[in-house]
Amino acid sequence: MMGPDVSWYVILSTILFTTGALGVLLRRNPLIVLLSLEIMLNSANLALIGFARHLGDSAGQVFALAVMAVAASEVVVGLGLVVALNRSRVPLDVDRLSTLRG
Amino acid sequence: MISFTNPFFSALALIGNLASLAVLYLLLSAEFVAAAQVLVYAGAVMVMFLFVIAYVGGKADAPFEGGPSWQTLAAFVAGGVILANIVIALGLTTSGRLEEEAELTQAFGSPAAIGGVFLTNHLLAFEITSIVLLVAAVGGVILGSERHRG
Repeated sequence: MMGPDVSWYVILSTILFTTGALGVLLRRNPLIVLLSLEIMLNSANLALIGFARHLGDSAGQVFALAVMAVAASEVVVGLGLVVALNRSRVPLDVDRLSTLRG
Repeated sequence: MISFTNPFFSALALIGNLASLAVLYLLLSAEFVAAAQVLVYAGAVMVMFLFVIAYVGGKADAPFEGGPSWQTLAAFVAGGVILANIVIALGLTTSGRLEEEAELTQAFGSPAAIGGVFLTNHLLAFEITSIVLLVAAVGGVILGSERHRG
């Protein structure tokens, strides 16, 4: 195989996932929480594609494309929520968002 | 990326991250997914992110300001627990079985191969994906539109 072994890809994906999880846990701005979620989804994609290459099975790549579509929908809904929060003069801080009333 | 105070810089760093991941996908002979990554993620999704950041504006919280709080410590502990969880699970399931590599055909990862698999073996997943995208588009429009308050 050209390039590194599949275990390196798995290690990188683990590091990326932990980075994203730390971002979700540490940051309070919902925009940055969404960006960290993107990192976590992408690390899962990297693991999927690495194992698809390792096993010689295209199904992993198909699944990665489905994950990409779900991530795009999640971004649409999340950004819509952020814009709605901004419009109703709510502070953009996930620690201070404690009501669900519209 | 998760330590920038300015969300604009975070988004730019994530674009770099996504572009490098696309190169890694090319290295893993997943040409179609790499192209989709650049077009969908580094293109469309991040442009939308940058627009919303420019619209909302403002500074984000400074994550490491004023010494470590109990929340920061708890976040690092939880991150470490997640990391240990992944490492243990991977070590238990894949130990010693990552050496042998499958032989690839010439067409592996090409758009034709991916499209063939997508539209034959995974047709239901394809249709559900399209419905999920439609619902998300409708939800985004409803969330973003001006609310009529009574």
